[in-house]
Amino acid sequence: MKITTTQYKRCDVVQMDGRIDSNTVPKLKEVFSTIIDSGRFKIVFDMSTVDFISSSGVWVLIDTQKTCKRWNRGELIIANVNDKIQHSLDLAGLKHFFKIYNDVTSAVGSF
Amino acid sequence: MVLPVLMNTITVPGQFSSLAEIGEFVTQTAEAAGLDENAVYAVQLAVDEACTNIIEHAYGGEGLGDIECTCNTVEEGIEITLRDTGESFDPNSIPEPDFNVPLEELALSGAGLLLIRKLMDDIRYKSSPNSGNELILVKRK
Repeated sequence: MKITTTQYKRCDVVQMDGRIDSNTVPKLKEVFSTIIDSGRFKIVFDMSTVDFISSSGVWVLIDTQKTCKRWNRGELIIANVNDKIQHSLDLAGLKHFFKIYNDVTSAVGSF
Repeated sequence: MVLPVLMNTITVPGQFSSLAEIGEFVTQTAEAAGLDENAVYAVQLAVDEACTNIIEHAYGGEGLGDIECTCNTVEEGIEITLRDTGESFDPNSIPEPDFNVPLEELALSGAGLLLIRKLMDDIRYKSSPNSGNELILVKRK
């Protein structure tokens, strides 16, 4: 598992590869918390190399979304989500809590 | 033609670091059973959610017991049996969560069971003091 973060003027981009499950989710949570604790609330999560996410991972995204949205125009946007993951978010009834972009450039540009 | 029934079993420690191994095991079996890409992902996700529930709710934490995972390849698809020796936890007894609420009111539980119910074609559960808990998940082609 590898997580990278890139800070842009308008937002931060987080990229993770592999599985997001109960074993790997604490590290992802820590990365989001570090960004938020530094006073930055506009985040793009690039899921182009995420091939699996369980509900524990989705809850970290929801928690992060809640925190970001408390702040002026803060938001967690997700990008490059594969069809299987989008379908599972839809089945759980949780997809509508996120804006989903097909590429990172559009997601970053939306802020 | 009746296909032969193939059965494989692994036993792993009930801890989150075992989830990837179980995921790989059921993915390979589901692919070998001829399930399509979406059905294979459904099996992988449902089994991950079920194993996470076993660790968190049946055992009440990591490293407190094993999870045995048996995959049966049957003519109509795949049947996965998860066994544990923790507290009984019948997924069918838990009401469906309501996520149709504003973001700030969203409670952080229940999505795993909801996904298992929606992703699988059949779910059976039984528990006995002698043999422990058994959850059977069926995914058809």
